[in-house]
Amino acid sequence: MSKHSTFSDPVIEADNLSFFYGSSQTLHDINLQFPRKQVTALIGPSGCGKSTLLRCFNRMNDLVDSASMKGNIRLNGTDINSSGLDVIELRRRVGMVFQKSNPFPKSIYENVIYGLRIAGVNNRAILDETVEKSLQGAGLWNEVKDRLQQSALGLSGGQMQRLCIARAIAVNPEVILMDEPCSALDPKSTARVEELIGDLREQYSIIIVTHNMQQAARVSDHTAFLYEGLLIEYGPTKELFMKPKNKQTEDYITGRFG
Amino acid sequence: MRKYLREGEPFVWATAATLALTLIISAVLIVVVLVNGFGVFWPSKLAQVSLTDGQKVMGEIIRTEEHPDGSGLRYQFKTGNRDLYGLDFRWISQEHVTLLEYPEDAVGLERQEYGNFYGYLKAFSLPEGRVEAGSLKQQYVELLPEVQRRMEHLDDLQDEVMVLSRKMQKIDLETQELLYESKNPDVSAVQELGRREAVLKEDFATLLTRQNKAMDGLEAFVGIFVDAAGKEKNIPLSHIVRFYEPNNMNVLEKLVFYLGKLVELIFGEPRESNTEGGLFPAIFGTVVLIFLMSIISFPLGVIAAVYLREYSKEGPVVRLVRIAVNNLAGIPSIVYGIFGLAFFVYGIGGSIDALFFPERLPNPTFGTGGILWASLTLSLLTVPVVIVSTDEALGAIPGGIREGSLALGSTKFQTLMRILLPMASPGIMTGFILAMARAAGEVAPLMITGVVKLAPALPIDGVFPFIHLERKFMHLGFHIFDIGFQSPNVEAAKPMVYITTLLLVLVVLLMSSVAIVLRNRMKKRYTYGTF
Ligand SMILES: Nc1ncnc2c1ncn2[C@@H]1O[C@H](COP(=O)(O)OP(=O)(O)OP(=O)(O)O)[C@@H](O)[C@H]1O
Ligand SMILES: [Mg+2]
Repeated sequence: MSKHSTFSDPVIEADNLSFFYGSSQTLHDINLQFPRKQVTALIGPSGCGKSTLLRCFNRMNDLVDSASMKGNIRLNGTDINSSGLDVIELRRRVGMVFQKSNPFPKSIYENVIYGLRIAGVNNRAILDETVEKSLQGAGLWNEVKDRLQQSALGLSGGQMQRLCIARAIAVNPEVILMDEPCSALDPKSTARVEELIGDLREQYSIIIVTHNMQQAARVSDHTAFLYEGLLIEYGPTKELFMKPKNKQTEDYITGRFG
Repeated sequence: MRKYLREGEPFVWATAATLALTLIISAVLIVVVLVNGFGVFWPSKLAQVSLTDGQKVMGEIIRTEEHPDGSGLRYQFKTGNRDLYGLDFRWISQEHVTLLEYPEDAVGLERQEYGNFYGYLKAFSLPEGRVEAGSLKQQYVELLPEVQRRMEHLDDLQDEVMVLSRKMQKIDLETQELLYESKNPDVSAVQELGRREAVLKEDFATLLTRQNKAMDGLEAFVGIFVDAAGKEKNIPLSHIVRFYEPNNMNVLEKLVFYLGKLVELIFGEPRESNTEGGLFPAIFGTVVLIFLMSIISFPLGVIAAVYLREYSKEGPVVRLVRIAVNNLAGIPSIVYGIFGLAFFVYGIGGSIDALFFPERLPNPTFGTGGILWASLTLSLLTVPVVIVSTDEALGAIPGGIREGSLALGSTKFQTLMRILLPMASPGIMTGFILAMARAAGEVAPLMITGVVKLAPALPIDGVFPFIHLERKFMHLGFHIFDIGFQSPNVEAAKPMVYITTLLLVLVVLLMSSVAIVLRNRMKKRYTYGTF
C-alpha cells in the first residue's frame, strides 16, 4: 500500500483492523505500522476514532461491553489478542497516559510505584530507585523530591499529568500511548510535557493523539490522519504537513474543517 | 417586586425556615430528654405537711399546679412507703395544709423492694449481745461494714450454689445424652452419673442450710423506722440500698449522691421490675446487638454492592435488583421481625437443635429467640442501606481512576482492593452510620426474636464458652417500652423512661461519633481533589 509507510522493525502493527461499538462501525479496515523508539501522532477531527484506535493497542476497549474488533494487532510480532499474551502483561508493556490526569488518592511515592506494587515488588531499594528514576524521567523529581509522602492530589494540573507519565514509565513499558495528554494544561505545562516527550523518545515508542497541529508537527516523527474511521494518510510528519498527498488531509491541516 | 421574586428570595426564606423548624423540633426533643433525664437523680428535699384533719404526710413534692376545679394550688407528693400505703403518689390541696416543713432528720431509703421509704429512724434491733453507742446515724455508720461483710458472704454462697447447680445440670444433660443415643445404654455409666449426682445433691443441701443460716444472721440487723404519721416499720439493713437525709445534705454531698446514682445506673443491675437500679444489662445488650448486627451487615452489604456495581452486567435484571434493594429499606420492621422468627429462630435455630441438641428437646437451645437471631434480623433490615450507600459511593468514583489503574496492568480485583474500596470508604461509612442508627432505634423486630424484660445472664460472660449468642438479652429501646407502658406503676417508672431514653440516645451518639471520626479520617485521605 503506497500511501502507508512501512518499517523493517515496527513495534506495533495493525492489519485490517475494524472496530464496532454495538452495530455501529467506528474503525474501518485500518492498516498501520508504528516505528520503534519514535513518536507517532494520530490526528483527525473529533469523533473520527483516534481514541478508539489508541485504546485497541492496550485492549482498554475490553472494558466496553458492546465493543467488538476484527483484524489483527501485533506487538513485536505477537498477536495481542492471542492466548499467548495475557491482558495484564500487555498493559504492562503498553502504558497509557490519559487526557484527564488521574492520579490515585495516595502519596506521590505510592502513585509512582503502583504498577510495581501490584506486580508484587516490595523491595524498598528497588522501589526507591524506581521512584527517583521515573520522576526524573518525567521531569518532576526536582519539584517533588521533598514531598514524596504527601498526597498526589495536592499537585498542580501539569504536575499531575507528569506524575501520570512517571507512573506509566515506572513499569518500564515498550510503548506509551498518550491520549491528548496536554489538552487540559496551560501553555507552559504543555511545553514541559512536549519537551518530556522528546526525551522519552530515546527509550520508548510513543503514540500520541492530539488536536493541536503545531504540537503534532513539533513532537512527532510520523503522523497518521484519520477521518470518519478511515486512515486517510500516513507518513513522515514533515512530508504530511508540507505537501499532503490527500485533499482531505490538506483541508484539515490548513484548518478548513474539523 | 418582580426582581424580588425572580431572585427567589421567598424560596430562600422558606428553605431557611424549614431547616430551622427541623432543628427546633430535634433540639426540643433532646432538651426535654436531657433536662428530665439528668434531673432524676438529684436528691430533692423531703417535705412534711400537717393537714387540717390532723394527718401528717411526708414525701418529695414532684409537682405544684392549679387544681382543676379552681380551688387553688395542689401538690403532688411522692410519698413512697408503698408497703404501708399501697400507692406511691398522692395529691394534696394547699387549702388543707396547715404546716409545711422540711425536718432535718427526715430519712429517705432506697430499698431492694417496695420502692423508697420516707420517714424517721427510731432505733435498731440487733442480734443478741450487740450494742452500739452514739447517735442513731453514727450507729448506722458503724453497723454498715458488718452488714456489708455478711452480704458479701451471702453472695459468695450464692456463687457456690450457681456452680453446683451448673454441675448438676451438666450431669443431667450427660445422662439425657446417654439415654438418647442408644436403645440399651451403658447401665454402669448411667449409674455412675446417678451416683455423682447424688453426691452433688447432698452438697447442695448442706450449702442451702448454710445459706439460710447466713441469711437469718443478716436479717437480724434491723432498723426500726417510723413514717410521718408515726407508724413503725422494721426494715432489715440489708434491704437498704441507700440511706440519705436529703434535708441535711449540702451541695457536695448531693453531688456525691448524684454521681453514685449515675454509676449505679450505668454499671448496676435493675431492681423492682426494672423501674429502679441500673441499666447495665440493657446497655450491654444494646451495644452487643448493634456490634453483632454491624459485623454481619457491613461485609454482606459491601460485598453485594461491589458485585452489583463492579461485576454484574448493567441491564434490566440489575436495574430490577437496585429497585428491589431500595424498596427493601421501606418494609416495616415488624415484617422483618416475623421473617426473622420464622426463618432464623424456627427454621435455622430449630434445625440446629434437631441436629446437635436432640437430647434436650423439646426444650429449645437455639430454636428460641436469642441475641444472634435478633442481630441477624436487624442486619437484614439494615443491609439495604449499606448496599445503596456502597453502590453510590463506588459509582461516584470517576471512570478515569479505574482506567488508570487497569492501564497499569492491575486486575479488576486489585483495582477494587487498592483504589476503589478505599476511595469509597467514606461513603460506605456514611451508610454504615445510618444503618447503625436505624438498628439502634428498632424495637419491634426484637420483641419477637429474643429481647426480654429481664435476662438472667449476659450474652458475654466468664462462663465457658464466654460468648453465648443463643441467650436472650435486654435492650434499652425495649426497656423504654416496657417500663413506660407495661409497668404497673407508670408514674414511678417515669424518671427511668427519661433516663433510658437519654442513655439510648447517648449510646447511639457514641457509636456513630466513632464512625464519623473514622469517616472523616478516610475522607481526608481519599477524597479526590479537583483542579
Ligand atoms: N463507549 C462507547 N460506546 C459507544 N460508542 C462510542 C464509545 N466511545 C466512543 N464511541 C463512538 O465512537 C466514535 C469514535 O470515538 P472516539 O472517542 O474514538 O473519537 P476521537 O477521535 O477520540 O474523538 P475526540 O477527538 O473528540 O476525542 C464516536 O462516534 C463516538 O461517539
Ligand atoms: Mg478522543
